[in-house]
Amino acid sequence: MSGEVHVLHDEHEAGHGTFKGYVTGFVLSVVLTAIPFWLVMGDVLDDPRVTAFFVMALAVVQIVVHMIYFLHMNTQSEGGWNMLALIFTLVLVVITIAGSLWVMYHLNTNMMLMHGHEPGALSAPADPSGMGSGQNAAPAPAGGHGAGHAGHGMSDMP
Amino acid sequence: MFGNTDLQQLVFGRLTLDAIPLHDPILLVTFVVVALGGGALLAAITYFRLWGYLWTEWFTSVDHKKIGIMYIVLALIMLMRGFADALMMRAQQAMAFGANEGYLPPHHYDQIFTAHGVIMIFFVAMPFVTGLMNFVVPLQIGARDVSFPFLNNFSFWMTAAGAVMVMMSLFVGEFARTGWLAFPPLSGPAYSPGVGVDYYIWALQIAGVGTLLSGINLVVTIVKMRAPGMSMMKMPVFTWTSLCTNVLIVAAFPVLTAVLTLLMLDRYVGTNFFSNDLGGNPMMYVNLIWIWGHPEVYILILPAFGVFSEVVSTFSGKRLFGYASMVYATVVITILSYLVWLHHFFTMGSGASVNSFFGITTMIISIPTGAKIFNWLFTMYRGRVRFEVPMLWTVGFMFTFTIGGMTGVLLAVPPADFVLHNSLFLVAHFHNVIIGGVLFGMFAGTVYWFPKAFGFKLDPFWGKVSFWFWLTGFWFAFAPLYVLGLMGVTRRVQHFEDPSLQIWFVIAAFGAVLVLCGILAFLASIVVAFMKREELKDVTGDPWNGRTLEWATASPPPAYNFAFSPIVHDNDAFSDMKKRGYKRPLEGFRAIHMPKNTGAGVILAALSVICGFAMIWYIWWLAALSFVAIIGYTIAHSFNYDRDFHIPVEDVVAEEDRRTRALMATGA
Repeated sequence: MSGEVHVLHDEHEAGHGTFKGYVTGFVLSVVLTAIPFWLVMGDVLDDPRVTAFFVMALAVVQIVVHMIYFLHMNTQSEGGWNMLALIFTLVLVVITIAGSLWVMYHLNTNMMLMHGHEPGALSAPADPSGMGSGQNAAPAPAGGHGAGHAGHGMSDMP
Repeated sequence: MFGNTDLQQLVFGRLTLDAIPLHDPILLVTFVVVALGGGALLAAITYFRLWGYLWTEWFTSVDHKKIGIMYIVLALIMLMRGFADALMMRAQQAMAFGANEGYLPPHHYDQIFTAHGVIMIFFVAMPFVTGLMNFVVPLQIGARDVSFPFLNNFSFWMTAAGAVMVMMSLFVGEFARTGWLAFPPLSGPAYSPGVGVDYYIWALQIAGVGTLLSGINLVVTIVKMRAPGMSMMKMPVFTWTSLCTNVLIVAAFPVLTAVLTLLMLDRYVGTNFFSNDLGGNPMMYVNLIWIWGHPEVYILILPAFGVFSEVVSTFSGKRLFGYASMVYATVVITILSYLVWLHHFFTMGSGASVNSFFGITTMIISIPTGAKIFNWLFTMYRGRVRFEVPMLWTVGFMFTFTIGGMTGVLLAVPPADFVLHNSLFLVAHFHNVIIGGVLFGMFAGTVYWFPKAFGFKLDPFWGKVSFWFWLTGFWFAFAPLYVLGLMGVTRRVQHFEDPSLQIWFVIAAFGAVLVLCGILAFLASIVVAFMKREELKDVTGDPWNGRTLEWATASPPPAYNFAFSPIVHDNDAFSDMKKRGYKRPLEGFRAIHMPKNTGAGVILAALSVICGFAMIWYIWWLAALSFVAIIGYTIAHSFNYDRDFHIPVEDVVAEEDRRTRALMATGA
């Protein structure tokens, strides 16, 4: 019975890991899941944004763990094709996520006006230096139309 | 019928007899015509006892050649439907001026332009491209089939299932009235409460499964199954562009699936991803769907570029000029296609830095594309050019596509786009590149590889008639739209006030009639060729003096493609073999291990249609039942180990001997 199956699966040996590898991956995954759980449930850090950052960072580490121990990623398997596919995927994921954040951030800054500004404010040029500041469009001070612009002395309001 | 409305809702969901559009004379007539035509076809199949033949030889086939042909048949059938929509729109816009309201009310007109876009992209261009790749790629790389033959059959039927759902919406309920990308909030539950958008979502989700799986299949095939000696840089250019296209499919289609799933959640369970409430944002839908949508246009055009490369070098009797630059240009386009998506919504209000970044990346894409055009021109330069029908399509493409590309670069300038966005100029531009690029490429490819698939050439006279009608028809239909767009006329308008515009729409409608003649002439070229098939017969398997491996085997190729795996020493492997005086092996044949046919693809796709239909009409019990059936059947099928067989050596010998005798008879 198993011989029949074996014929259909005869080219897969290269990728299989060892028992030790799986256990290592499992333990690491458990630890990397437990830490963020503890961070959130125990209210360990004061600032929830820092907590969110750590949760995200640990998630990324866990993705790497899964790829190495469970998916057996390395630079040699399948003649390097797996690595190439991974790099391509990463490039596209980074483009998609970073691009979307950039685009939607700009949209928010330009379009989500708070206090009934006149339409002329829409034509204000966006300020690229404002994007990294991490400030959201908090209720804008009078005369400014987006937190990113405040303090740059570039107000072009009429 | 039912006294109890609760019971009726439980059994039929929101499906009632009112869903069948008896009140609309246009749809009623269409329905009668389709019913009579379809009935006649089914009766004919029954009368000639073809059901068994179709089932065993085609529907359940895992042969990549037959699946490729079925994809192209699907594309041609859907082309008729999509083109009928186009004719209706052209007629409406040509007459609906001033007091004349035309013959299509707005709610019907809106369904037609949505259906036209959805059908032409998802169910004409995609199956055409996939079908051609399916047929040609394994032959070009000297393989016997794709890597996962059953998956290939399943992919085809899922695509067909999506097409069936779109066609169902014509007669049961309605289709979306949102435009082909169904932007929220218009496509959200508040503004589109009917079944139209649900038909849209489920048709695309089901077809999307097929597209994604066929993408994976072809990537693996190209990476793993090339003939010995064929390194990456010895692959034919069509195979290269197919590889890049399928990599794009695998990377891009999950985004479409995800964004449609979010829209579905908004519509079915009341989430607010794309509403303006509770932190949702409709522009996120636009952003995400174009992250899929822009690679999608390169998914369509790259295989067409591959076809033109093969055709130009074959009919110029020369090696392709700049093979390496062609490959690099293709790869660069593959990457860059991910960096330009925002040019579809410059006007949404992101700042100058965002718009200039995406404007510049868009203009950069024209560089590798321009390099390709020059490569084709230099291939023709000092070549012994034969203007057969595929070459005509290619030259027509170079002329038409270059102009389409230039208007594209024009639209890539954000300030210009603020003027031209959503205008008929844009409509003219993308038809210019999709018809002039993708469709011309698919026609070139169909005429070029038809003798390989069926053993006789298409009729050249009707082929030329078709080409000239398409080319002139295209320009008559879309040049007026460029003019109107520059004057500021917006797209998707059902009725106009300004009578001075009418003449342009009349010219465009005339162009559409010319294109109709082009389509009919193309069908005529098939029918006439079938009647003259002895005269147009291709005995040698190499009717055009081809250069790549698919021409090394018989026309049509045997089920196993190649009795022996060819060994590749150079680019243009078959050209090289002919030059070195390659002799077909006449003995030493062995039994050949092949995959077995299976009906699982048809069954799973049919269950998917039922499941999608039940979800659209809120027939929850049927949806649950069919979903469980899909999962159960998939698991059951995975235990079927009886999947392969051997073509006995006697059959291989008989097949090859028949070819030897045919070749001797012609003295080849």
